[in-house]
Amino acid sequence: MAAGSLFASVPRAPPVAVFQLTADFREDRDPRKVNLGVGAYRTDEGQPWVLPVVKKVEQKIANDASLNHEYLPILGLPEFRANASRIVLGDDSRAIKENRVGGVQCLGGTGGLRIGAEFLRRWYNGTNNTATPVYISSPSWENHNSVFVNAGFKDIRAYRYWDAAKRGLDLEGLLEDMESAPEFSIFVLHACAHNPTGTDPTLEQWKQIAAVMKRRFLFPFFDSAYQGFASGCLDRDAWAVRYFVSEGFELFCAQSFSKNFGLYNERVGNLSVVGKDADNVQRVLSQMEKIVRTIWSNPPSQGARIVATTLTCPQLFAEWKDNVKTMADRVLLMRSELRARLQALGTPGTWNHITEQIGMFSFTGLNPKQVEYMIKEKHIYLMASGRINMCGLTTKNLDYVASSIHEAVTKFQ
Amino acid sequence: MGPPDPILGVTEAFKRDTNAKKMNLGVGAYRDDNGKPYVLNSVRKAEAQIAAKKMDKEYLPIAGLAEFNKASAELALGDTNEVIKSGRYVTVQTISGTGSLRVGANFLQRFFKYSRDVYLPKPSWGNHTPIFRDAGMQLHAYRYYDPKTCGFDFAGALDDISKIPEQSVILFHACAHNPTGVDPRPEQWKELAAVVKKRNLFAFFDMAYQGFASGDINRDSWAVRHFIEQGINVVLSQSYAKNMGLYGERVGAFSVICKDVDEAKRVESQLKILIRPMYSNPPINGARIASIILTSPDLRKEWLEEVKGMADRIIDMRNQLVANLKKEGSSHNWHHITDQIGMFCYTGLKPEQVERLTKEFSIYMTKDGRISVAGVTSGNVGYLARAIHQVSK
Repeated sequence: MAAGSLFASVPRAPPVAVFQLTADFREDRDPRKVNLGVGAYRTDEGQPWVLPVVKKVEQKIANDASLNHEYLPILGLPEFRANASRIVLGDDSRAIKENRVGGVQCLGGTGGLRIGAEFLRRWYNGTNNTATPVYISSPSWENHNSVFVNAGFKDIRAYRYWDAAKRGLDLEGLLEDMESAPEFSIFVLHACAHNPTGTDPTLEQWKQIAAVMKRRFLFPFFDSAYQGFASGCLDRDAWAVRYFVSEGFELFCAQSFSKNFGLYNERVGNLSVVGKDADNVQRVLSQMEKIVRTIWSNPPSQGARIVATTLTCPQLFAEWKDNVKTMADRVLLMRSELRARLQALGTPGTWNHITEQIGMFSFTGLNPKQVEYMIKEKHIYLMASGRINMCGLTTKNLDYVASSIHEAVTKFQ
Repeated sequence: MGPPDPILGVTEAFKRDTNAKKMNLGVGAYRDDNGKPYVLNSVRKAEAQIAAKKMDKEYLPIAGLAEFNKASAELALGDTNEVIKSGRYVTVQTISGTGSLRVGANFLQRFFKYSRDVYLPKPSWGNHTPIFRDAGMQLHAYRYYDPKTCGFDFAGALDDISKIPEQSVILFHACAHNPTGVDPRPEQWKELAAVVKKRNLFAFFDMAYQGFASGDINRDSWAVRHFIEQGINVVLSQSYAKNMGLYGERVGAFSVICKDVDEAKRVESQLKILIRPMYSNPPINGARIASIILTSPDLRKEWLEEVKGMADRIIDMRNQLVANLKKEGSSHNWHHITDQIGMFCYTGLKPEQVERLTKEFSIYMTKDGRISVAGVTSGNVGYLARAIHQVSK
């Protein structure tokens, strides 16, 4: 055996920023500490929340002696796939009626993105065309880039999205980037509650986006991680995806049930595929099977069972929607409370973006120096980008966070 | 249109068959003597404990549940192993055996500069090849199964392995070889380890049946432990699909035996970089069950008994199948059925014979003549023997 190691030159990889933030938070002994980092819902007591409907369904599953732990099919639990797709596309979806929708149960939203990306790299725009440009919003969830790189794409580009000066959507830049993108480029679109900016296109703006994408044959790959969580209404949060489908697009939508079902660690996701007709969708799914088989073979059953049971029972479904609204409403409340305090304090700058942005996150506009102050001096943990998770706010810490932001902004420019 | 999966497609065809006597000897999932899936009692107890604890559903770390990872490594290597004591290893939770192999394959593709070549035994589990290929490795084979004896081609294996280019990756099934059920004996493993060491080959163990093969978890992991003892730093994939019956929960682990703790930390950091853009972090349910079982003395004891029970039933079915074939009047030598070990048996039947078994008797198996002995029961072993005799006489 070689005296040195075969892996002597393996470098230490940097930790994923958002998890390092939480690790630092955990080690912090300061009693005032607040974690506004990782995107998971918290109650007003700052605690994780297992949805009451989930507890109920888990009990049902536990008491069902007829259930076992057998393998799911490669593409996942059929009742889960069909209902998950129905949730995003709508009960009255023509695409579903026309049998041109397929679902692939995946490990969370990440898994859906990866399977979709692997498929597109192999079969879209030619075969194994690693040169197809993939456009990701600037900024975006940091893992989007890695997913597409690891799926083999060589040309990952940014499309303009966040306008830091006006703290809103750079629609002009976005549309320009779409106009100049090579035909058949893939665009990763956030279905709602854009992460990290919380800034979504309006309905009218979505229509403009769709028009350009149609004209230039650009492929829409939706990332839907917050359906229901953004506005509190499932249908409203799915509007963009449904609009694109009604405009005749073929598209992918990676759905996550981590947040809206609070099933983070069960890894529940669905990749919805909308095609021109049933035959095309069937062939696509057959190739998805081959991709899935060499990554995880078949998906985990627990989370999918919980979601499928909930979605197929009217009572449980109603209860779920109610639980989702509870979460969305608390977030909305924290937004308005934070904004009110900042305005009352006379904190320099404008703060309406806090309530205009939507979903779990807010791009506060704090710069790196201000963020550093927040973390080091005030023990309030947020991302270097200035992104905060509204769920980390509680009635108990609102005052402290508001006054800390005030200090940061007045001390540093 | 993609072709149906050669292994999982068998079950799908079986489901469509309306013959009351149909038998599914395709996919390797354990069945009890009534042909029913078996949820282990130790699993049920662990599940009840979990339900009572009312835990939250927060994300696991990228590398998974730490208690599970530790317990998994200790199960494989023995908790007094020098590797465990020194900490010169990393274990990450993976999506069962497939996920473990894929993470391992991707890791080697990215960091193992010495070779792109992976040598699999011939034959091997059908999914090994596409997994390594999709990860960007090149596949080759070394002789393993001897169709003449339906046993281990030891001379052929040694011959081939001694010619493998230095520093290539070589994959071994730790026990209960899939699909053949043919395992090397300990003396043979010793010689294999020696030649691997001599040729400086990189050993990748796939252990999907620890406990399930002989009924003894230490005996089944002997080869892995021997290689490590000989100073060979292996990588190891583990699955709990079969030995804990946690198939659909997707419980597995990938371990890298390293030079020292520092290397283990560096390797771990890079495994996380691979996992994050695949699925971010693993599912908790199955890993929690496995962890509780492995770390609770009572449940661990009960689990070990249940695993032995499953292994014993399989050995019993092997014996009964051979006895019934004799009774049918078959003149062939069916010793390999009892010589082989684990869930699978390479019957030696040809594709045409397999096709007849399916068409005429509604007995489903893979085209290579592999049967899952777990699908055999005292109720249907007679029918199976009759059918095999009919197509092979």
